[in-house]
Amino acid sequence: MLRKKDLLGLKDLSKEELERILAHAAEMKSAFVARESLDNLKGKCVATLFYENSTRTKNSFETAARLLGARTISISVATSSVKKGESLIDTGRTLDALLTDVIVIRHSMAGTPALLAKNVRASVVNAGDGMNEHPTQSLLDLFTMKEKFGTIKGLKVVMVGDVRHSRVARSNLWALGKLGAETAIVAPYTLIPKGIEELGCEVYTDFEDAAAGANVVMGLRIQLERQKIGLFPSISEYGEHFAVTEEKLAEICPDALVMHPGPVNRGVEITSGVVDGESSLINEQVTNGVAVRMAVMDFLAGGER
Amino acid sequence: MSILIKNGRIIDGGEIKADVFIDNGKIMRVGENLDVTAEIVIDAGGKLVMPGLVDMHCHLREPGFEHKETIESGSRAAVHGGYTSVACMPNTNPVIDNAAIVRYVAQRGREADGARVYPIGCITKGQKGEELAEMAKMKDAGIVAVSDDGHPVMNGGIMRNALEYAKTFNLLVLDHPEDSTVSGDGVVNEGVNATIAGLKGISRAAEEIGIARDIVLAETLDTRIHLCHVSTAGGVQLVREAKARGVRVTCETCPHYFSATDEEILSYNTNAKINPPLREQSDCEAIIEGLKDGTIDAIATDHAPHAADEKNREFDLAPFGTVGFETALSVAYTYLVDTGELDMETLVRLMSQTPARLLGLPVVHIKPGIMADIVVFDPGASWTVRASELYGKGKNCLYDGWMLKGKVEHTIVGGVLKV
Repeated sequence: MLRKKDLLGLKDLSKEELERILAHAAEMKSAFVARESLDNLKGKCVATLFYENSTRTKNSFETAARLLGARTISISVATSSVKKGESLIDTGRTLDALLTDVIVIRHSMAGTPALLAKNVRASVVNAGDGMNEHPTQSLLDLFTMKEKFGTIKGLKVVMVGDVRHSRVARSNLWALGKLGAETAIVAPYTLIPKGIEELGCEVYTDFEDAAAGANVVMGLRIQLERQKIGLFPSISEYGEHFAVTEEKLAEICPDALVMHPGPVNRGVEITSGVVDGESSLINEQVTNGVAVRMAVMDFLAGGER
Repeated sequence: MSILIKNGRIIDGGEIKADVFIDNGKIMRVGENLDVTAEIVIDAGGKLVMPGLVDMHCHLREPGFEHKETIESGSRAAVHGGYTSVACMPNTNPVIDNAAIVRYVAQRGREADGARVYPIGCITKGQKGEELAEMAKMKDAGIVAVSDDGHPVMNGGIMRNALEYAKTFNLLVLDHPEDSTVSGDGVVNEGVNATIAGLKGISRAAEEIGIARDIVLAETLDTRIHLCHVSTAGGVQLVREAKARGVRVTCETCPHYFSATDEEILSYNTNAKINPPLREQSDCEAIIEGLKDGTIDAIATDHAPHAADEKNREFDLAPFGTVGFETALSVAYTYLVDTGELDMETLVRLMSQTPARLLGLPVVHIKPGIMADIVVFDPGASWTVRASELYGKGKNCLYDGWMLKGKVEHTIVGGVLKV
């Protein structure tokens, strides 16, 4: 169902491919919530290779793989020979030799999944590479929006925060554009990457201007080290202008639903009241993550290939 | 060894059709239908006979990084690209910052079976940007210029002293203009393609601040300065304005800054990871304009060989640089001459005579009595670059798979046929 061996990013996928994955994810979600076990990946092996810390994404992929009947291998940097200086390519070849069918990789450097994919037989799924892409996160965001609104076309989605360093924002901009949503980003200029408007979004520095009429407000994680390197002067000043709060939502876009890729810095980029509030989709996003990852791995290595 | 090059189109301040007779290392006669016998006869009908190229900026990696390139392999690669003299940068290990290492590199150069090799010494000890290196002693040992290439001299006070001290000994400073506090840990040009690829950008401002600072220093101190690898439209304009008001500034660019853009990095091709980074089409056009109006004085290769494993890795971790010796002339011909932007005489000045003059090396002309450093170039040939077939040790070639026009047929160094 996918033309490619790998899922490296959404910029490479067509609208039709995105829609097929989302449709298949709906089937997978039904099985998941019914607690059914499937055998689409029976006899197959899925390895998670994480060079960056992650709780939800790694567990989500491993849960999805097991629900499809695959055996799993879990490699994280601290326990593997990576620490001894083994190159990424050698690690990939080792996984090939262990008859791995899918390698799920997360890495702090952009382009690393592409490098791995070029050098291994297994299918590679990008679980986040530096500032480049996080395709399955975006797919679960799309899936969640589609569930709530019925369609993505015509939605207005606003992303608030550190767009510059955000792979989630980039994947979402690619995919939402292809599916016909209207997108906007809002952040101080120090957190807006150069030329981002060429990806088809409106660029704002004022939350009120950006969020007027929004259907979805997506908070992006603010990493505290960004403040240390001088991209903004304080969390408090950042929060006044860019944090997603109940007050701002009530005043500007009271009907908007709120999403966040997690992990959330409560009280930094988004208030606890919003995270736990009625408009929050954050926990549904996590559930949907398993479904889209089942769909992706099934397309790449399962019976649906 | 005597060589007769017959029927070539001689490119040297104009074009004439003539034979060239070489003996005892020198050009003996130039004229039509020369009636001489030679040990080697080259039929250069339809081909261009030009002064050998001079590269004022390359990395031969020896001592210390012989797995990337050696002086021998580099000088062989150079003659395959039409270069008869190359000046090698001092960022070796140990760095070339004292007379003993200069003598070692020069000696290895004399032993090499290719282009003439001229060492460049460091500006500062250890290329640390703190204390001046012993420039005068290194000059006595054979350096042709000083440079901390790869490491900008960030301290303006040190650069000021370096320019004045180098002037004392008539040494040209080859400046790597970059404000590293602005470039930070960027790996590609800052712009939409960096944003699409999710790679950290290097602002044009990093290079242009370096250029502006060093132009001001040279202007204030009335010294010469040569700016390496100018890559941006703004940089060209800064140099143009400085030259117009009489600053003694010269500069070079490299073939990749007028033939390639940062679109090359979208596939995470680490051979397109170069410092300064590949820019955008508008910059390529400004570089060509600078070459046409004389703002840019020279084309250098910045030949930067690396081992395959060093480049076949995470983009952020791969070293900067592409090899350049064996493609430079064809790239320049394809993108500058074949497109009608420059004539061949101008290209020869940019790639041979001006760099030789800037470094104080013999300037080659195709005239009797001059040393026979000659390249025979076939402008009618076209070829596809195959990195694996390059003669140099480093196969990290940006142009792998590119179709280029014009090909080096023969290279003669000091009257000896090397290719």
